[in-house]
Amino acid sequence: MKGFQGKKKVPAAAGKGSGRHLTMSRKKSLVGLLFVTPWLAGFFVFFASPLLQAVNYSLNKVTITAAGRKMTYVGIGNYQDIFLKDAYFVDRLLNFLKEIILQLPLILVFSLVIAILLNQSVKGKGIFRTLFFLPIIVVSGPVMQMLISSGSTTIPLIEQYGLYEMIEETVPKFLREPVTGLFGELLLILWYSGVPTLIFLAGLQKIDTTLYEASYMDGASSWVAFWKIVLPSIRGMILINSIYVTVFLATSELNEVIDLIRSNMLNASKGFGIASAMAWLYTICILAVIGLCYALFGRTRDGEKPKKSGGKGRKP
Amino acid sequence: MKKKFAGHYASLRARLVGRPGHRGWLFKAMIYVLLVSIGFVYLYPVLSMFVTSLMGLPDLLDAAVKWVPTAVTLDNYREALDVMRVKETLINSVVGALLPALAQTAVCALTGYGLARYQVPLKKLIIGLLIVTFVVPPYVLLVPNYVMFSDYGLLGTLKTLIYPAMLGQGMKSAIFVLIFMQFFRQTPLSLDEAARVDGAGEARIFFGIAVPLAVPAFIISFLFSFVWYWNETYFTALYLNGNNIGDTTKVSTMLLELQNFDAMYKQRVQQVASWGASVMGESVANEAVKMAATVITILPLLILYFCLQKYFVEGIDRTGITGE
Repeated sequence: MKGFQGKKKVPAAAGKGSGRHLTMSRKKSLVGLLFVTPWLAGFFVFFASPLLQAVNYSLNKVTITAAGRKMTYVGIGNYQDIFLKDAYFVDRLLNFLKEIILQLPLILVFSLVIAILLNQSVKGKGIFRTLFFLPIIVVSGPVMQMLISSGSTTIPLIEQYGLYEMIEETVPKFLREPVTGLFGELLLILWYSGVPTLIFLAGLQKIDTTLYEASYMDGASSWVAFWKIVLPSIRGMILINSIYVTVFLATSELNEVIDLIRSNMLNASKGFGIASAMAWLYTICILAVIGLCYALFGRTRDGEKPKKSGGKGRKP
Repeated sequence: MKKKFAGHYASLRARLVGRPGHRGWLFKAMIYVLLVSIGFVYLYPVLSMFVTSLMGLPDLLDAAVKWVPTAVTLDNYREALDVMRVKETLINSVVGALLPALAQTAVCALTGYGLARYQVPLKKLIIGLLIVTFVVPPYVLLVPNYVMFSDYGLLGTLKTLIYPAMLGQGMKSAIFVLIFMQFFRQTPLSLDEAARVDGAGEARIFFGIAVPLAVPAFIISFLFSFVWYWNETYFTALYLNGNNIGDTTKVSTMLLELQNFDAMYKQRVQQVASWGASVMGESVANEAVKMAATVITILPLLILYFCLQKYFVEGIDRTGITGE
């Protein structure tokens, strides 16, 4: 899409006249650069240069003295310390990865179901939408903490009807804990589905309704239409959503790993070096999860790679 | 006989379940049931939070009282307002969310416009970098940014939030740049050409044509930015409170107060022994006060959401974020 529109611009500019076209297009690209300049400056000041420094910090032992910060090069010593000496980090990181792998598919499925429901022609659509996007507003670390501690996020019914006992009996042992945990967090998962629902809904509304009609004429059921029309059309959205949800879970303030990073940073005996190294390990794990999502949802059927920028643009 | 029965069955089935392309009423009923029950799931915590916040102590302890308090009291709100020092923290919260949100929206609009409408050199690379800034968790930048802010003496001020936003590196800025890019791509180029023929400059075209056409994108971007900045506590706690998370003599926001509510409550009770001691015997905030505090912190967001939700829901329909 992007490539196509990009090309469309060229003949328009070229049509203007032969002599001035080069200067005109150069002038235009400079103006464009001007529009992008603040972001570029921010990128270097607040992203690129801190990123390089973070590498540096993670390879050093940073001690804060009265005279200022003192850096001693320790190579990969910080990373070794995390694996060999730190009691919590690796444990929490693994827990977090386990959680993300369980929660991600559920959030995707739930948000797709909700989006399909919202996309039906029902009365009071506006009210339902207003209601369903409420979590986007309310979800935040401290608020969720309060709600969890007050027990508002679990459904009492689940416990009343002995669902846990049922799980105990039917589910193999090694899966039991995650599965019961999931039921405990079912509401939480539904609550996290706000933005993904929004993205799916936007995608569903883009599907041409004549496609459905044509398929019904040919005798397809709604079920078949879902698998053959809806799912392929929103494939890009699934990728976007999986990346979004991963980033969302990774930056959620309920996440214990990031807490550990911050407290280590302020801890005099650990310091900036260890914290940076932890942050890097964490980043690598997140990027691995995102890479996995890309490998799973990124390729369309005919082997054509999705247009990354075009697809990403739909993210709210 | 058999044939007749089969015919009846088919027509009944068509009416209940529906044919493809036309939903039967059983099918419709199912959709409503699902919508209402999921809606209830969303509403349940908010409702229970609100109801609990209005309960007095007797109702809280009475297991029979679940949804309708026997006596509605506003004391919880009074206590919560007092503990969270809302008078001081509200202004910080508003400034700390409003200014970054406005700055972020403006810069992201400019960037998105530039990338969508001009042949910027290295455009593909810039878009790639944009995505990198979204995907890399911000915690990697925690230490260097902290050091930078401390070197420039910005720690403990809201500038730590505003400056990155002003240069398009605020919270999840990349998303907003991409939204704007997508939106500006959809306004027809012919409008620009016409304006250019009439002698309008690039800035004039941006403010006169592009901005008015992209109002939904601006609203969505502002709403999300505001909400995310309002709700942010991780970086805010670090940048505003420096080494002492929980030390509230420095600049604090409502969300930070909520996060440390228990500690703050204890502190406050020691100062005002009169109501603290009578509440629980020991100085622990009860459920109702906590819920009142939670309601107070999300109330401004709810008001904002209900004011802007028309544009918000419309914005989804009016493509913009949908692309293609």
